[in-house]
Amino acid sequence: MAKFLLKRLLALVGILFIVSLGIFMLVHLLPGDPTTTILGPNNTEHNRAVLMQQLGLDKPIWSQYFLWLGNILHGNLGQSFITHQTVTSTLANAFPIDLELIIISQIVGLGVAIPLAIASAKKPNGLLDRVSTTTSFAMLALPPFIIIVFAVLIFSIHFHVFPGPGSYVPFTQDPISNLHTMLLPSLVLAIGSVVIYFRLLRGDLISTLQEEFIVMARSKGLSDRYIMWRHALRPSSLSLLAAAGLNIGGLIAGAFVVEFLLAIPGLGYSLVNSIQQVDYLAVQGITLFVAVVVVILNFIIDFLFTIVDPRIARE
Amino acid sequence: MEPKAVVPSRKRKPLGKVFWISVGWIGLVFLLAIIASWIGLEDPNNGDYALINAGPSWGHPFGTDDLGRDILSRVIYGARVSLIVGFGAMAIGMTLGGTLGMIAAYRRGAVDTLVSAASYVMLAFPALVAVIAIVAFWGHEIWKITIIVGIASTPLVYRVIRAATLSYATREFVTAAKAQGATDTRILTRELLPNVLPTVISYFLIGVATVIILEGALAFLGLSVPAPTASWGNMINESRTYLSDNPWLALFPSLAMFLFLIALNLVGDTLRQSFDVQESKL
Repeated sequence: MAKFLLKRLLALVGILFIVSLGIFMLVHLLPGDPTTTILGPNNTEHNRAVLMQQLGLDKPIWSQYFLWLGNILHGNLGQSFITHQTVTSTLANAFPIDLELIIISQIVGLGVAIPLAIASAKKPNGLLDRVSTTTSFAMLALPPFIIIVFAVLIFSIHFHVFPGPGSYVPFTQDPISNLHTMLLPSLVLAIGSVVIYFRLLRGDLISTLQEEFIVMARSKGLSDRYIMWRHALRPSSLSLLAAAGLNIGGLIAGAFVVEFLLAIPGLGYSLVNSIQQVDYLAVQGITLFVAVVVVILNFIIDFLFTIVDPRIARE
Repeated sequence: MEPKAVVPSRKRKPLGKVFWISVGWIGLVFLLAIIASWIGLEDPNNGDYALINAGPSWGHPFGTDDLGRDILSRVIYGARVSLIVGFGAMAIGMTLGGTLGMIAAYRRGAVDTLVSAASYVMLAFPALVAVIAIVAFWGHEIWKITIIVGIASTPLVYRVIRAATLSYATREFVTAAKAQGATDTRILTRELLPNVLPTVISYFLIGVATVIILEGALAFLGLSVPAPTASWGNMINESRTYLSDNPWLALFPSLAMFLFLIALNLVGDTLRQSFDVQESKL
């Protein structure tokens, strides 16, 4: 187990190294002198000197990379020349918002998908099963940017159930109105997760319910409910975990989209804003941060796998 | 228990009505996108300022947008962007990822380890974020977006094709071909490729749907092909500001995208089932 963990940890470091290299190279995609492009109208003698020092552009490319990496490890992702905010403080303000969106959406997503999959798997090809399978297939063709537009149109503009774009309130300021604004985007995000989890779990449960140990449990006289929750659902938790891991990227993309439409100042909104303001250092910093978070989350999910199923580590 | 003799049936299940309707719909969208300039549509980029944000009428069956441009015309012209990016990027992804996947599965060893590790690194990164970052630094032209999205789709294609090839690479017919002195290139193209092709075809269409969604999200964030070029994603993005005055502006491009995506998914899924590509093996 320890050896396995060490191997994985080494792989994690390797992946982080490559990811950071890729993001570092982004600045070098800029045409011409990067300092002129990055500074734009803020191209003063002082700013130029600061940026040169930050990027170390006069040094060879390898030492530029390690200088940049060293700065990052000290929590210094640079400072925007447009908003004069450090990228780190932008991240500190934006990230909790994405976290809130994703956590609510996952609670709702699992809360809907698991009971629905159980009910569908009880009677495969029954009415409920056919309706939910067909609906979920159609939902695969509905990306979050379409759903959020119509959700806002119907629930905010027409029925005034939820506040519309631009009404975000920080949680610390007013938790109730914060949750009220965050509920609609979280529900929209949840739809995609429900579809993925439902389709996976339904298929899994139907095949598990045909296994011999289920027949055995039935013949022992255990109740259907007990068998479903304790015997059938348990082996499926592993594939559900794997799906949740693969779903992270999609969730982040979805969060970016809903934040953008509703002007919720999370990572996605900040990223698009930074691009529109041609704030390259912020774009680089936010991208790096998201990448590192996703890589580490995947690592944690990998680790959870080995706890749920120790055989994986032995292979 | 006596093992039942399995008689392989030559006859395949018929593909069904829904399948052919979907194929027809995809064909129609292609046709309209190609002949858009010759069927008497209004100019998609220059509108009638006297008639802005109008609902559907005889002259404008889908209504007009905030600049008085005909929505029907823009939806049809907009299909071009989704088709070019969708099929172009998948062609790149399939060529790169497919070739690498087949070679890695056939040769195994260091090549496989290295390329597979690289694919894991790329998959660990949310595609939309990677594409946003590169587009932001490199530019928004349609060919750049096609290339970036194509490369972003490569690792997923690689894994699918590698897994599909792997199930054939150790089979007897490959060993037999090797024993007869066939070259690696011959084995890859004449022995393995025909067997992997069904997987390629069914995943190609599902991949195109995924790529179209990715481009749509990019356009929705205002980061795909620049205005005034019509694309479904761009149109949905433009509709944000006038949502309460002109819901038609959001409805028609969304509907076009939804129907096209569902047709692609249906065709891809039916083909996958008919070729009996099992997801669990991939």
